[in-house]
Amino acid sequence: MNVVVCVKQIPDPADPGALDPNTKTLKRDVKLILDESDSYGVEMALQLVDTAGGGEVTLVSMAPNSEVGGLRTALAMGAAKAVLVSDEALAGSDALGTSKVLAKAIERAGEADLIITATESSDGYTGTVPEQIAELMGLPSITFAKSIAVEGGTVKVQRQTEAGYDDVEAPTPAVVSVTAGVVEPRYPSFKGIMAAKSKPVDEVTVADLGIDASQVGWAGAGQEILEIAAAEEREAGTIVEDDGEGFQKIVDYLAELKVI
Amino acid sequence: MELELNEEQRQFRDLIRQFTNREVRPVAREMEQSGTYPTRIVELMAEMGLFGLTVPTEFGGLGADTITLALVFEELSRGWMGIAGMIGSHGMACKLIAQHGTEAQRDLYLRELASGRRRSGLALTEPDAGSDLQGIKTVARLQGDHYVVSGTKTWITNARHSDPLPVLVKTDPDASPAHSGMSILLVAADTPGLLVTRDLGKLGYKGPETCEVVLDDAVVPAENLLGGIEGKGMSQAISGLQTGRVNIAARGVGVAHRALEEALSYTQEREAFGRPVADFQAVQMRLADMATKVQAARSLTWWAADRLDRGADAATESAMAKLFASEVALEASMESMRLHGGYGYSTEFEVERLYRDAPMMVIGEGTNDILRTVITKGLRNNGIPES
Ligand SMILES: Cc1cc2nc3c(=O)[nH]c(=O)nc-3n(C[C@H](O)[C@H](O)[C@H](O)COP(=O)(O)OP(=O)(O)OC[C@H]3O[C@@H](n4cnc5c(N)ncnc54)[C@H](O)[C@@H]3O)c2cc1C
Repeated sequence: MNVVVCVKQIPDPADPGALDPNTKTLKRDVKLILDESDSYGVEMALQLVDTAGGGEVTLVSMAPNSEVGGLRTALAMGAAKAVLVSDEALAGSDALGTSKVLAKAIERAGEADLIITATESSDGYTGTVPEQIAELMGLPSITFAKSIAVEGGTVKVQRQTEAGYDDVEAPTPAVVSVTAGVVEPRYPSFKGIMAAKSKPVDEVTVADLGIDASQVGWAGAGQEILEIAAAEEREAGTIVEDDGEGFQKIVDYLAELKVI
Repeated sequence: MELELNEEQRQFRDLIRQFTNREVRPVAREMEQSGTYPTRIVELMAEMGLFGLTVPTEFGGLGADTITLALVFEELSRGWMGIAGMIGSHGMACKLIAQHGTEAQRDLYLRELASGRRRSGLALTEPDAGSDLQGIKTVARLQGDHYVVSGTKTWITNARHSDPLPVLVKTDPDASPAHSGMSILLVAADTPGLLVTRDLGKLGYKGPETCEVVLDDAVVPAENLLGGIEGKGMSQAISGLQTGRVNIAARGVGVAHRALEEALSYTQEREAFGRPVADFQAVQMRLADMATKVQAARSLTWWAADRLDRGADAATESAMAKLFASEVALEASMESMRLHGGYGYSTEFEVERLYRDAPMMVIGEGTNDILRTVITKGLRNNGIPES
């Protein structure tokens, strides 16, 4: 079974850099790492291929400056190869532009039984790319997977809901987005790190994918960022002095918030 | 002149750092104090391939360079120095077998040692001989196709898990000079007459057990003689020492770095006389000295490792690194304790473990005074190192 996993390479959240006031987007000229949200998808894909007893995991990523830092991490975990789209024309791409590029890159990656993504990236949070890819490729889409099994030509997914999960299925190939935290991503082995150096990364431009540059990047973006503002500082919490009735005050407070 | 890690070395370090932060730091204090064996951590290290650090790639190991080795030992020791001990003497034993073993010995052991399915250690020290290894009393007499070995080894880390355990013996107790009659035997765990008699009580370096081992007419097949030729044991044992000293130096850097980390964060949180104690100049002086020494120790360690990776003899360099880094570990752990005030003495904080772990590195792999003699011998024979 062959699985394609879309992975994003993002600035290290421990040292995220800054927003560019001109473009109103995150500066991405720093060293990028694998988005942790994507490590769950990579792990799931590796497990699926293991269970199937054959096939491989291919990564697809769109990133500036030919960045491969995050890809190497996922290759060290066990993915076989990667397609990297890197092109100056892609700066400023909105979610739809990104999806167009990823859809073409997924086709380039070869026959896939399944396409896995995270539900949303940790730096952009639009959470719309997986469904857009599915739509562009004419494939079924399942979101918020907490577990995935592929049998015959069917993918069976436990889809996380607020109350529990739904059992849903779709014919393969399909696009499935994976909820963060549902599996424990493996540590790459040291041999994996050594092997990752020689695994193929197919670096392509927008033109290589047959995409018109005016469709992507700033030129093609249908979305405009009007303003960026700092998030509100969290207000200090309320301190409840426990005079023996502390629990009652907490219960009342929670009731007031309508959470109990 | 390059003072940069290469891409692979950086990835190795990042991986070990992530591993240590997630798996070791959160449990170190609790496990160390309760004397719990870190089974899960050892399993994860085996999965990552760490037991094969010094095993050549053709036997399924990593064949890591010495800089990488130093990075691994520093990072693990930042979390808990005892964890580094799980793969320390194991790695030395792997190196011994890889470098000096017969083809049959390499084929038999190295793959399984690399995977962690087999583990090992190194038995040199005896109750009456440590620094003076030529004074050991364990004797192995060849009788037909096997040796009969009798003697006692002590301070043997990982002895309980070792299969085989390389044991330094005298195959010719009357030889002169003594080292020409010394050999290493690879002693299997199920050897009749081999007994791990007890775990020694230790101030620190908990996690791996350090044991007394008795060989009571133990029967060891002649083919288990390392390298197949008698009389090479002392030079074989010494051959691994330079790497071993870089390993201990790196652990010293790790412990010292952690001591500094703890001191830096604590002194910014702790308030006295209405402000964080880090605002006081006296505290700042101590932090600055610690940080400077930690980085100096790291630089010295990388320098010695780099010399070894370039194939040079690094007897002086590795001794300097081990000597300095272990003394810095001792000093930094004491300074960090001082800066924690009363809490530094508390078993609910991390510093007291660092303080108990640091002295092992002053003693192990050659006491620092022995290393001073090694360094001065180097100075007199080869002059003063300059680069
Ligand atoms: C926690 C721990 C783990 C260990 N693990 C192992 C292990 O796995 N395998 C193993 O084989 N050993 C192990 N050892 C033993 C260790 O290597 C020895 O303790 C060390 O080599 C010192 O030997 P000694 O204890 O016999 O000290 P001694 O040699 O008796 O030294 C006593 C003092 O005399 C000084 N001294 C001795 N000779 C000289 C000299 N010529 N010039 C100047 N000063 C001198 C020393 O510096 C020291 O201060 C371990 C020790 C410890 C504490």
